[in-house]
Amino acid sequence: MTQDNAFISFRNVNKFFGKYQAIDDVSLDISHGEFFSLLGSSGCGKTTLLRMLAGFEAVSSGEIYIDGQPMSGVPPHHRPVNMVFQNYAIFPHLNVRDNIAYGLRKQKLSRAKRNDMVDDMLELIKLPEYGDHKATQLSGGQRQRIALARALILKPKVLLLDEPLGALDKQLREQMQLELRALQKTVGITFVFVTHDQEEALTLSDRIAVMSEGRYLQVDTPTGLYENPVSREVASFIGTMNFFDGTVTSIKDGNAVIKVDGLGEVSAPVGTMPLMAGNTVTVAIRPEKFLLTDDKPDGLQYSVKGQLNNAAYLGERSHYYVSIEGVSQPTAVSTQNRGRTKEIEAQNRPVWLSWDSAAIVVLKDV
Amino acid sequence: MMLQKSETLRAYSLLSPTLIIMAIGILVPFGILIVMSFWTQVGFGFDMTPTVANYEMATERPIYGALLKRSLWMSGMATVTTVLLCYPMAYFVAFHVHRNKMLWIVLMTLPFWTSYLLRVFAWKVVLGYDGVINSALMNIGLIEKPLEFLLYSQAAVIITLAHAWAAFAILPMYVSLEKIDRSLLEAATDLGDGPVMRFLRITLPLSLPGVMSATLLIFIPTTGDYITPALLGGPDGVMIGNLIQKQFGAVNNWPMGATLAIILMLSIAMITLVFLFATNFVRKRIS
Amino acid sequence: MKSGTYIKQVNRPLQFYAVLFLIVLYVPVLFLPLFSFNDSIYVKFPLKGFTFQWYIELLDREPVWAALMNSIKVGVTTSVIATGFGVFAAKAITRYSLPGRGPVVGFIMLPLVVPGIIFGVALLVLLSQLGIRLSLYTVTAGHIIVCLPFAIATMIPRFEGFDKSVEEASADLGENAWWTFWRITFPMVFPGILASLLLTFTVSFDEFIMAFFLSGSDATLPMYIWGQLRFPQAFPSILAMASIILAISFILVFLGQWINRDAHSNTFESK
Repeated sequence: MTQDNAFISFRNVNKFFGKYQAIDDVSLDISHGEFFSLLGSSGCGKTTLLRMLAGFEAVSSGEIYIDGQPMSGVPPHHRPVNMVFQNYAIFPHLNVRDNIAYGLRKQKLSRAKRNDMVDDMLELIKLPEYGDHKATQLSGGQRQRIALARALILKPKVLLLDEPLGALDKQLREQMQLELRALQKTVGITFVFVTHDQEEALTLSDRIAVMSEGRYLQVDTPTGLYENPVSREVASFIGTMNFFDGTVTSIKDGNAVIKVDGLGEVSAPVGTMPLMAGNTVTVAIRPEKFLLTDDKPDGLQYSVKGQLNNAAYLGERSHYYVSIEGVSQPTAVSTQNRGRTKEIEAQNRPVWLSWDSAAIVVLKDV
Repeated sequence: MMLQKSETLRAYSLLSPTLIIMAIGILVPFGILIVMSFWTQVGFGFDMTPTVANYEMATERPIYGALLKRSLWMSGMATVTTVLLCYPMAYFVAFHVHRNKMLWIVLMTLPFWTSYLLRVFAWKVVLGYDGVINSALMNIGLIEKPLEFLLYSQAAVIITLAHAWAAFAILPMYVSLEKIDRSLLEAATDLGDGPVMRFLRITLPLSLPGVMSATLLIFIPTTGDYITPALLGGPDGVMIGNLIQKQFGAVNNWPMGATLAIILMLSIAMITLVFLFATNFVRKRIS
Repeated sequence: MKSGTYIKQVNRPLQFYAVLFLIVLYVPVLFLPLFSFNDSIYVKFPLKGFTFQWYIELLDREPVWAALMNSIKVGVTTSVIATGFGVFAAKAITRYSLPGRGPVVGFIMLPLVVPGIIFGVALLVLLSQLGIRLSLYTVTAGHIIVCLPFAIATMIPRFEGFDKSVEEASADLGENAWWTFWRITFPMVFPGILASLLLTFTVSFDEFIMAFFLSGSDATLPMYIWGQLRFPQAFPSILAMASIILAISFILVFLGQWINRDAHSNTFESK
């Protein structure tokens, strides 16, 4: 059964390559018009999932639905999806115009109509003068746009993007991220985007599936993933996270009192998590949720004394590593450099770390 | 700049033994061959007064032109046959063999390295009047008398040439097919092409350079072949190579032989140029 | 479609064609050994009895042994010289920025393409004008020219297969060009050198056209066979000889290709 508003549905999808299980019983729904990202490190199955959606890999079991239609047995060239390949796969023997018009052959359009459509696309990707260029003479960013145009001109129901920005340098990548996001809003097509770059996924996506070892760990909005990760793995994959071991001492009204090694006793919201007194949990706090001060501040719920070991100045912010007695790993702290920041002072000086209970994420796994 | 210069110097000094050998082995002999084509044979010696008499004779006497035409036609046929038969093979190894690719390539090219004479001889055994095919067919009673057209015919020469040069055709086509990025094929499929259209629109055009080199690599050397026609061709299958060889042997008219060799080379060069020009033109038209 | 990757689907007709292709490629050649054991001087079906007679007969023939020795002498000399020069040429072509690389390589590879007869007669004319008598030396010279492109083509992928920075690292660690060659380059390209020796030996051992035009009174093995083709009664012994030559050639070439196989996989599969 698919959800009513699901546009793409994976239902108990498995994929084996020989004995190796690349996809492990994935069920997932993606809504119409959504910018959906599959995020994970290499080998986590994200590309396999995308290629199964495109039809390049058959599912070993389970079913994929696109717009309500089951996709088993439908070859790639009959699926209502188009793909932007990792290396763009621009046809080297065709010029830009013929590359973009490649998929229009079946539509039996008049030459004029086809030229108009290609011109519109060239306009859309901001390369109006490039129609007659040889595709191989173009830069990475330009080829990336052509790959996009070539897919979008067919008005697919879903656009699949396989790490399309991976080959670009940092500055161009950031610019293309913005353009891609804007483009998706303009054309209103569902995008399924594969990436290993968490920042990219956070920037672009409506929702993200964090994948590992053939399954997804969590599907949520960028904010949801960052603020309320469900596991240590997700928490450490998205951004930096400090982990502390703790034991639940009591629970009341969705709030738990937890005794945390090195931090003392804290209270934190745990929602509907099935916890009992005596359970061991992980208490996670993002580096930027701490306040770092020389003296003990007022107004925050919790404070602990530590020793500043190491610091790195990164321009708009600084990173500090503070060792706390009873905590094995140094605790990472990140601060915004508001105002004019002075040289960071001598190491191994005593500091205070403070936070309040809203900063705390309680994770069940240890 | 200095570094560049000394590097070029080092490169050419490493190359020099090879280049010297090749210059002595190719340029000088060809020069003399050209010079000799303007001489005249007198008994066992040469009259070295330059004359175009040999060229005149070669163009006037129809036998030379006819033989040249026939040679070009026969090796053309052999080339087309070989390329057509080998392309699927190269395609198979490039796209459908995933393990032991190297073994397949070695297996396909192995016969090419072994004695050309013996491979031609093997076909004589197979196609001969009393040969494998005829005796086998007669044994099982399909025919009464040996099929005579098998041996000593143009077909026999063409079959043998195609067989002998197969490996030479497969390699360049294989390399150009193997070089095709697999994501291009996926992209074509993704954009709506079925297997046939994908082949015609992507695979074939991208492998054309390999097909072209295969064509030239077979056509050029086979035009001058004389072993195959000598062993299998009979009177109908004689090629220009046999005539050239005879000028240096039984006929003993070296200047005429030199002239014919030069004419053969010029014809090959011209056909090659026309071929390159035509394919280039066609390719431009297609894309 | 149910199993596996879309593009990699199995194509049965093509598989069938490939197997058929290999059969047709090999079967004609395999008739030679088949009939060489046949107890009849006629090469035709049905096969009579099994015999070693034709092989034993070969042992007693003085000219066969002489021709064999000639071929080995020419082959060994050719392969050593062609491979030796080929190593330096391949290094120069792959390792240095070489102005005019395209034309130079094209020129060196000419003997692969130009009809053998043209090379044969051109060299014959040159030698006769220089007054050099035809002998095994002239055959060897012809073979070196024929084999050099093969040697270079075999070793180029080998040089391309390993990174230039390895040699630079050796230089950086204090070895001069000569020792860098012996300690780094040579071991890395050694399989290519071995392959080139085997392949060029085989090419020379089997070569006929150059030998045809350039040999004097001493015949190489293919020349000897050519001479015997006129005599129908010599057919079975030719079959025996051919079988031995083919067997040796196949083994040498297979060895050569196999030793050098990773060089090919570099060039073919690196893309």
